[in-house]
Amino acid sequence: MAAASSRKRKGKIRWSKLYSFAACFRPLTSEERPAARELIGQPGFSRVVFCNEPHLHKRKPYKYPYNYISTTKYNVLTFLPRALFEQFRRVANFYFLLAAIFSLFSLAPFSRASLIAPLVFVVGISMLKEAVEDWHRFLQDLDVNNRTVKTHISNGVFVDKLWKELRVGDVVKVNKGEYFPSDLLLLSSSYEDGVCYVETMNLDGETNLKIKRCLEASLCLNEDEEFSKFKATVHCEDPNPNLYTFVGNIEFEKESYPLSPSQLLLRDSKLRNTDYIYGVVIFSGHDTKAVRNSTRSPSKRSRIERKMDHIIYILFSMLVLVSLVSSFGSLLYLRQDMVDWWYLQLPDDNKVNDLDDSNSEKYDDRFFNPSKPVQSAGLQFIRALILYGYLIPISLYVSIEVVKVLQTMLINKDIELYDDVTCKSVQARTSNLNEELGQVEMILSDKTGTLTCNQMEFRKCSIAGLSYGGDITEVDLAASMRMNTDFEPFEFSIDETDGATRSFEPFEFSVSSFSAQNGNARLTKTEGPVIKGFNFRDDRLTNKNWIHGSNLFDITMFFRVMALCHTGIPLEDDNHKTDKLSYEAESPEEVSFLIASQEFGFQFCRRTQSLMVLKEFDPSSMKEVEREYKLLNLLEFSSSRKRMSVIVSNEDGQIFLLCKGADSIIFDRLADNGKAYEQATTMHLSSYAEDGLRTLAFAFRTIEAAEYESWNTIFTQAKATIGPEREELLEQASEMIEKDLILLGVVAVEDKLQKGVPECIDKLAQAGLKIWLLTGDKRETAINIGFACSLLRQDMKQFHLSLSRDAESNNQVKDMKEDILQQIESSYKMVCEERNKEAPFGLVIDGKALEIALRGDVKDEFLQLAVNCASVICCRVSPKQKALITRLVKQYTGKTTLAIGDGANDVGMIQEADIGVGISGMEGMQAVMAGDLSLPQFRFLERLLIVHGHWCYQRISKMVLYFVYKNVAFGLTLFYYELYTSFSGEVLYDDWYMTMFNVMLTSLPVIALGVLEQDVSSDICLQFPALYQQGPRNVHFSWSRIIGWILNGVVSSLVIFLANIYILSPTAMRENGFVADIDSLGAITYTCIIWTVNCQIALITSHFTWIQHLSIWGSILLWYIFLLVYGALPPNFSGNAFQVLVEGIGSAPLYWMITVLVVVVSLLPYFIHIVIQRSYFPMDDHIIQEMEQCYKKYDVRDNEMWVREQRNSQRSTRIGFSARVDAKILSFNQQLQQKKLSIYRSVTNSPIYRSITTSPFS
Amino acid sequence: MHYASIVMLIVEAFSLFTQQSLPACKPVLTPEWVVEIVERYDIGCVPEPFRIDKVPKYMKAPIYIYYQLENYYQNHRRYVKSRSDKQLLHGQNEHGISSCQPVEVNNDRPIIPCGLIAWSLFNDTFTFIRNRAELKVNRKNIAWKSDREHKFGKNVYPFNFQNGTLIGGGKLNPTIPLSDQEDLIVWMRTSALPSFRKLYGRIEKDLDVDDVVVVHLMNNYNTYSFGGKKKLVLSTTSWLGGKNDFLGLAYVFIGSSSVTIAVVFTLLHLLSPRH
Repeated sequence: MAAASSRKRKGKIRWSKLYSFAACFRPLTSEERPAARELIGQPGFSRVVFCNEPHLHKRKPYKYPYNYISTTKYNVLTFLPRALFEQFRRVANFYFLLAAIFSLFSLAPFSRASLIAPLVFVVGISMLKEAVEDWHRFLQDLDVNNRTVKTHISNGVFVDKLWKELRVGDVVKVNKGEYFPSDLLLLSSSYEDGVCYVETMNLDGETNLKIKRCLEASLCLNEDEEFSKFKATVHCEDPNPNLYTFVGNIEFEKESYPLSPSQLLLRDSKLRNTDYIYGVVIFSGHDTKAVRNSTRSPSKRSRIERKMDHIIYILFSMLVLVSLVSSFGSLLYLRQDMVDWWYLQLPDDNKVNDLDDSNSEKYDDRFFNPSKPVQSAGLQFIRALILYGYLIPISLYVSIEVVKVLQTMLINKDIELYDDVTCKSVQARTSNLNEELGQVEMILSDKTGTLTCNQMEFRKCSIAGLSYGGDITEVDLAASMRMNTDFEPFEFSIDETDGATRSFEPFEFSVSSFSAQNGNARLTKTEGPVIKGFNFRDDRLTNKNWIHGSNLFDITMFFRVMALCHTGIPLEDDNHKTDKLSYEAESPEEVSFLIASQEFGFQFCRRTQSLMVLKEFDPSSMKEVEREYKLLNLLEFSSSRKRMSVIVSNEDGQIFLLCKGADSIIFDRLADNGKAYEQATTMHLSSYAEDGLRTLAFAFRTIEAAEYESWNTIFTQAKATIGPEREELLEQASEMIEKDLILLGVVAVEDKLQKGVPECIDKLAQAGLKIWLLTGDKRETAINIGFACSLLRQDMKQFHLSLSRDAESNNQVKDMKEDILQQIESSYKMVCEERNKEAPFGLVIDGKALEIALRGDVKDEFLQLAVNCASVICCRVSPKQKALITRLVKQYTGKTTLAIGDGANDVGMIQEADIGVGISGMEGMQAVMAGDLSLPQFRFLERLLIVHGHWCYQRISKMVLYFVYKNVAFGLTLFYYELYTSFSGEVLYDDWYMTMFNVMLTSLPVIALGVLEQDVSSDICLQFPALYQQGPRNVHFSWSRIIGWILNGVVSSLVIFLANIYILSPTAMRENGFVADIDSLGAITYTCIIWTVNCQIALITSHFTWIQHLSIWGSILLWYIFLLVYGALPPNFSGNAFQVLVEGIGSAPLYWMITVLVVVVSLLPYFIHIVIQRSYFPMDDHIIQEMEQCYKKYDVRDNEMWVREQRNSQRSTRIGFSARVDAKILSFNQQLQQKKLSIYRSVTNSPIYRSITTSPFS
Repeated sequence: MHYASIVMLIVEAFSLFTQQSLPACKPVLTPEWVVEIVERYDIGCVPEPFRIDKVPKYMKAPIYIYYQLENYYQNHRRYVKSRSDKQLLHGQNEHGISSCQPVEVNNDRPIIPCGLIAWSLFNDTFTFIRNRAELKVNRKNIAWKSDREHKFGKNVYPFNFQNGTLIGGGKLNPTIPLSDQEDLIVWMRTSALPSFRKLYGRIEKDLDVDDVVVVHLMNNYNTYSFGGKKKLVLSTTSWLGGKNDFLGLAYVFIGSSSVTIAVVFTLLHLLSPRH
């Protein structure tokens, strides 16, 4: 215990001291905005917080909410009305509600139960789904609200309190690794100077830790006991969603101090590298900035579903039309003919008038009242609306819900989408977007945690002009491999025509392939134990082999820079099983350097206030020696300096300045004698950069003692200066010493991509998807990742949109706008001019520029530019901006967007996009909760979209179209029959037949289709990613298709009805002379319908499993069984259907003959259509299906045609790995051509050649 | 014992075989023409006998007699609903006849059978005379067996029927139970379309070509008020029922056009294959 506490103490000193060096470059926040102080007390800045006196906030006017948060959509009271309202916003549901209401007044032609029951069922299921989803949200909230935090109660005693019970004014103590329960004002930390480190990844996606610093005045409050008498009053801004601003002041011990964002700890961020902090709650619960930043999750509906509404409108208009026809027809018959039909006993018009009122009152048939023909027609209209309701497929919604749930189940169960590492699989959280997955055109992706694992790996380095760690990029490798296969035939043809080329061409290729293999071998040969953060394989350097290197001094210095020039500390509390240490530093990059230098034999083992201790491997003695370096100065890294230096003196008193920084910055500051390796290093740099590695250049210089002394006085002076010029002075001072550097080399670290990310992006690009990268991280990091994922590449024309310094400093919106507009316009001009050329465009824009670019009048230009670029990278964007970009892209392009992210900062974008996907691999669950789906890894997106998305899109569209077809085919026969019954409203079919239609007799095949249909197998989907384009182009659900299917339904219904009428009337249908009555005709016609619609779905289905067979043929069989059973029931139940199959129609051969004829005829139009389409206008999936069929037989997948089709089917892409390889091949070819030319020239110029050509024979 | 009987059976079967007297069906491949005679008989108002001058072809018994009504909406919703299946089966019952509106009660007593359908029962009658001899018309078994046995009660007798001020169609013999009133049962199987035939009876004697049949009819049923037509039909049947060319023509047409289309596509496929 004692040891631990002393270590804690030690750590405390180190960290605090270390950063007191660096204090010089921290922005002076308190003086920064003097104007802000005047705002306090004004509207919008009226909040008052009594610190440590939370009871004062229980009453008005200082009553603020508890720290309780709720993200649920409904509560117990609002659920029923709101959920019902949501349900009846669906047109079809509303229609069926009306129908049910009418049935209560016996206006409907069917029984009440048959109308109300399905409605209750449909609405009930949907509402149940809503309720379950909201319940999950509630549980999540409960979990968050019930976390505990140490809270001060009185007399310096801290006890655990639930988050939800926290109040504004509470003093809390947060320990290392914990989340802040609400927005806190930092009072003090475990460090003496009151700094603390905060990870804001969940909020803004930035990976590096942020330093927060308390006020000097509250530094003393660093023990529990100090808080027994602590009192202070904070005046600050009202709750707002802005993450980066905070204005306020604190009155403490009768003094007023200004507050700045650097004292504010935000909810959802995490305390790191700091043992504990004390803070006071400023904003709680829904007032916190994190919650204010979040938007309510909207209920999303897929494109197909929205279009389905339009189909419903069409069907509804059809319904209204035929109902109008019916009611007018009925009116006409009623007025003209019907009174003459004595067998109806309708009172004659005149008679009614003659009779006394009592008689007309007694007259109760409201539908046929000759004295009130208009009223009768109106009632007939309502009845017709309900009667023809079969045109509107109510069960469509239920079926789709069922199908989607099953689809979701299949997606969730897909073993290919299971991650063994995290033991998680894909979870579709809402099932209503399955088919939308097949229509995505744009992917907006977060970077950290989504594409990368937030882990840096030391990959390559170039020391003294030599590159280590494999010098072949993967693109080169792939390009040379493919060129060998691709160009062999080409080569062959050259051989015959031109003998001269033969001598060098194979040689040229063999070199590249040899070096590739060689490089590969070197990369894979030394397979040591996996070290986290160190993915470096080169036995020239590892295992201390570097001592055999030529430039030993430079190599040693290089490693020293790596081991000394940083801000990290070793973690001592590791159990000492190995002698390896682990480190903690401000950025993961530095950690990877420290690990790497340890691997190379330069272990950084201790740091004191002014001393750094290394365990170095000494090449001369071949032993490890411990060396101490005195840390003289530390010139900290900042985004404007882009470099960091330490000045150290070694044991011999030699003073070195060790510097690392961005290559351009370092190269500018090289001494004349320090450029020995510049050229070689530059080459390596560009190849590293192209591979997406983050590079830093290392350099050093020796400083004479005298020079150091004189500089140090200047530096100390500058540091001591107070006032605005301090920063400038410090900058000048460091410029003075950071010069005449000697370049040592560069290191390349990989922001480690998650497994399979580049391949996935490649496939998605081939499938024609556009990928935008939206990250809160720095521009450089974003660009690196752009390269690593092949979103950017070297030959790409890049546009960088950012605010110029002048515009930024002026802070004039108008100037900034003009600046950005100008940049956009010039870029767009270039795009237009060079559109035809090969080179694609990349757009990189940062958050500040984006803020301007997304304003009302600029956004159209911006989006126009962005859409025309092959890839777009937005860096340093806030969560709100992510959401805004998503919304604007969605609105501007009208395309389906998918947003994928892992952190709370992505929630806005995830909710805004058509489909939101949360990555569930990492800790925070906010993204997962907000998302419609969750994936354990980014790479699963490939299969999710290209396979499942494609399938689901196909399935749902086929299913909806078929539904429309079958209901039109069925519903219209009801109408045709009306024409023969003088529009009286008589129904051809028994009530039960009709109820059975959607419930049993046609539902299973369509569900089987919706769940199991595959146009092509999953392998083929992945091999032909261009098939995916069917979704975004919406070929399967276009209006022409919809109309086509409606027409098909009309044709089928006509064929079915007319054939039956003409065949069965008026002659006998059986040998015994019996004629078909209304019930026989109904049963026969209905049989034809069942056969037709079920055979139709058999024609649609392209993937038959036994389930499809069973459901289709089973449904038909079920109809006969039903008819048999129903007919066998006593006549009380079965009514006119009694014995209809056995005695009535079953024994009549005519019945079966009609069935065959009608089914063939009604399916003939569709059959001819698909034959013509397949033979003369085939679609991609048709060809691929056929090829699959062929190749299944002969099993020659690598057949030339197969490969060619596959190549063709890839959409020509401009981003992704393949595109890069293509570009590389192009450039290789150009080089080859040039070489050929030059050799040809040299050959033709050579005297031998001349002597041959100018032979005497010629 | 068992063995013996089985052996007997086998021997018997074998003898049937050797004696060439196995049960067999003999498909008659010559087309079996259905002969149909349709005569409209309501042109003149006065009921008078009319003659079917010549039977066009030999008509093999049984010859079915139908009456055909046109422009008669037996499928009108009001009409179709106006019946009580319960009453037809169980008879005297005050309840369950509300569906029979507007023909449910008369003089405060229920009507059996109630409802518009029964009330408007067709009541023209026909007698057929060939060569001065009356052709016997069999009027049994013209209704569905299941109707007779399960839907029309054996103990239900017509009651209070056609006793009101408005007389619709025919009257029923109140001493015959409903299950034996086959005319009523046929009539109450309402037709699907406004032109329909209903079975009247069977002539169980063959009619030869050029036979002259004289029909004596009682033209009772009123179709004049709504412009309906009444026809008398004599028809034989085949296994496909009555004379209907539509089915055959449709089969021939669809079959031949399918073949044509198949040939066309095959040719197209051979002449200009895809790719």
